[in-house]
Amino acid sequence: MNGLKLLATGRALPSQTLSNDDMSRYVETSDEWIGGRTGIRQRYFCAEGENATTLAIEASRLALERSGIPAAEIGCVVVATSSGEYVMPSTASMVHGALALDENIPTLDVGAACAGFLYAVEVARGLLLAGGRRYALVVGTEQMSSVLDMTDRTTCVLFGDGAGATVFELDTEREYVSVQGTRSDMAIRSGCPSITQKVPMQMDGQAVFRFAAAIIPKCVQDLFAKGGRTMDDVDWVVCHQANERILDASIRRLGGKEKFYKNIDRYANTSAASIAIALDEMNEQGLLEEGQRIVMVGFGGGLTWAGIMLCI
Amino acid sequence: MTLENLKPVIAETLPNCDAEAVTLDARLIPEVCQDSLDTVELSMALEDKFGVNVPDDLMATFGTVADLIAYMSEHGA
Repeated sequence: MNGLKLLATGRALPSQTLSNDDMSRYVETSDEWIGGRTGIRQRYFCAEGENATTLAIEASRLALERSGIPAAEIGCVVVATSSGEYVMPSTASMVHGALALDENIPTLDVGAACAGFLYAVEVARGLLLAGGRRYALVVGTEQMSSVLDMTDRTTCVLFGDGAGATVFELDTEREYVSVQGTRSDMAIRSGCPSITQKVPMQMDGQAVFRFAAAIIPKCVQDLFAKGGRTMDDVDWVVCHQANERILDASIRRLGGKEKFYKNIDRYANTSAASIAIALDEMNEQGLLEEGQRIVMVGFGGGLTWAGIMLCI
Repeated sequence: MTLENLKPVIAETLPNCDAEAVTLDARLIPEVCQDSLDTVELSMALEDKFGVNVPDDLMATFGTVADLIAYMSEHGA
């Protein structure tokens, strides 16, 4: 057991919305080409003054307010990002400062690319268990637009910026199962802007598709085997939103089509933020109810993957 | 492997392709697989069904459906 209860969620999006037609200003592309191959119809890009830190703070403030938990009771802050404003200080420490949280708690960023949010949840759970605190603030935030090569039409149309935040409570009686994995591979790579080197986003699309379409079913089956559950026991499957066709290929293998939540059409691939943003959207729509069992799967650069099955 | 074995795999994997209308002379790309992700999906489905791995770069070299079936047959499908 030693599970986590999801108390509240929040999300924050940049002020600029770019349609697929807008992307044709940068590269030779079209709504038909992008939409047909990915399911993406629009994405958000940060404007002047917006970045992964500002988005993380805005989403965190919302989640904390909605949780009703006093700031002083938050026991750790874990932020998943691969496009943070700085390498140091961590985004988590800046969220900590903006929300005036207790000084005597750990804060750190987790870099596990698109699987990052679920790694962050797992790290937060471990910190709560080790530190004797009850509440964790877990965030996924990205400014993917800062690492994109806007002349590469095979990658720049795929990503977007955004942040999602969650407040979890440690609950020793609550069901919780997790899996993580790594297969070292350079199929997806990028470097944040630095004074020494800038490596724009590069991706071997076919290799990543093959990896992702196989790893989602593996992750879900591993969670079911570990937790003694089947798809019949699950209310929702919330996967990292990378490409609608990856989700559809996974659904063909797993079944349970109606349980898979999709929102990639509105956000594109927001990397570590995508699952947290999806949770907040679902919460907003009243789709999440206490006691539901949710499976979450993240996958991405590394290559890394992670799955968590929990009762919210 | 025969065309009749292949058609159900196409029908299940590639919703934008009319599997029943596929012939041996059909061009694998773009008549059956409309883009590179379709070839990956078909390749993965063939491996699941027949246990034969068709590398992505090799899929791109097949001219017709008959070429794919010949490769699969040579490798035990």
